[in-house]
Amino acid sequence: MSDLAWTDTALRAARPQALGALLRYFRDLDRAEEAFQEACLRALKHWPLNGPPRDPVSWLVFVGRNAGLDDMRRRQRQEALPDEAVICDLEDAESWQAEQIDHAQYHDDVLRLLFICCHPELPATQQIALALRIVSGLTVAEIARAFLVSEAAMEQRITRAKRKVSDAALPFEAPGAPERAERLGVVAAMIYLVFNEGYSASGGKAQIRASLCEEAIRLARLLLRMFPSEPEIMGLLALMLLQHARTPARLDADGQIVLLDDQDRSLWNAGMIAEGTALIDKAMRHRRTGPYQVQAAIAALHAQASRPEDTDWAQIDMLYATLERLQPSPVVTLNRAVAVSKRLGPAAALEMIQPLAKPLSSYFHFHGLQGALLMQLGRNEEAGIAFGKAIALARTPAEAAHIRQHLDRLQKDSNQPAA
Amino acid sequence: MLYAILCYNDEAAVEAWPKEKDDAVIARRRQVTDALAVNGKLGPVLRLMPTTAATTVRYGKEPLVLDGPFAETKEQLLGLYVIDCASLEEAIETAKRIGGNEDRGTFEIRPLRYCNAGALALENLSA
Repeated sequence: MSDLAWTDTALRAARPQALGALLRYFRDLDRAEEAFQEACLRALKHWPLNGPPRDPVSWLVFVGRNAGLDDMRRRQRQEALPDEAVICDLEDAESWQAEQIDHAQYHDDVLRLLFICCHPELPATQQIALALRIVSGLTVAEIARAFLVSEAAMEQRITRAKRKVSDAALPFEAPGAPERAERLGVVAAMIYLVFNEGYSASGGKAQIRASLCEEAIRLARLLLRMFPSEPEIMGLLALMLLQHARTPARLDADGQIVLLDDQDRSLWNAGMIAEGTALIDKAMRHRRTGPYQVQAAIAALHAQASRPEDTDWAQIDMLYATLERLQPSPVVTLNRAVAVSKRLGPAAALEMIQPLAKPLSSYFHFHGLQGALLMQLGRNEEAGIAFGKAIALARTPAEAAHIRQHLDRLQKDSNQPAA
Repeated sequence: MLYAILCYNDEAAVEAWPKEKDDAVIARRRQVTDALAVNGKLGPVLRLMPTTAATTVRYGKEPLVLDGPFAETKEQLLGLYVIDCASLEEAIETAKRIGGNEDRGTFEIRPLRYCNAGALALENLSA
């Protein structure tokens, strides 16, 4: 790798910690970002010449802090800047700096940086955009491409979100254990939103969407490195790895959704499955069950079945029952119904989803599943009506095309005399 | 003599590599190790999962199980090669060849004191 490419990668990796520390120092997001930017510019100039520092994060924090302070002084007094070489001469400074920075503090810095992106008044899409911009350091253009909006619109969205965050009282005190746990929960939910934005493929190029999934996985890894004993963070990372492992098999050549049963399982990413499974094993040891762990365990069971008929549906049904208890929701029950249909047949599953008709009346997958169950029971006319509702609610061409296939099959069946 | 080449790097930086970059590094290193294998000079090659998958056991009278790697360090142990070399000089040259000139990272060369090849059919453990 060239020096420049190496520096670029190192800066990207160091960003959350360095920016988080600068934010703690300046207590102002704009100023922290400017200081980090300045430190990066100097790194691009100095690292290729002098070799990279032993500890890039400490270097960036130190240089960024000095640059930010100089900038403040200059604005106040129009003072001349010290020679840049002085600021960047870290031969001696780095060692004491590295000693002084407390790792635990870094951890809360990164958590805070993620946490401020989760401002409760920001809609989910803005939280995601803000996290991608601030924590991941993606450019506005990159984020705009992922969301299929113009760069100007995304710029405006991020600016507005930043203003909201800056106006809020930023949580700078070191959190106590309960606050930390709460922040971790909120941040985990936001990271999963980033992942789902990529995974749900609600439009856009597959490659760009996949990069959102990878970014979410990277953020979860970062978080888990900071807080290594949190079973739900292990569960979150495991869940995303196990789901993302299926990405190469999820869409066919025409970009249409391939159902789990029909996927070519040899395309699943074995490395991600192994890592996800290892993480869920680790998480289970803590005996502190949570929704991410349960969902990851379900995904792991799917991943372990080399053929669809090998799937352990009884175990999956049990896990969904646990999930219903932890996090009751009609969607969870709907998912459980799939497991029930495999175990006990379509009639039992159909009965189970009847109470969901109202809460899920505008949910694509409800009508899709209802149609499929009715079709299995030979109630083709009702199935046709359900599929009709589903197709009207489809969010992507792939979802619509999938339902259309079912409708075509029904059509074919009705054209043929009953055998 | 047998040597272990322990690969250390900043895990976060390696994770930030795009996939093409990761594939390219593996492919290039593979060329070097394949040549060693042809000459019967290559032992096991291991790439470890990220430290987030690690568990640490402190054994003794009251064993303690901890999540994460043994120590929080700036560079992490990411994998290792076992090679057979006539001299330290040769081991150093081999390490340089495996590292190539593209990457920044650290190899620690440690002569092996004892080696048990074990009974696992390692070629079947693909990662």
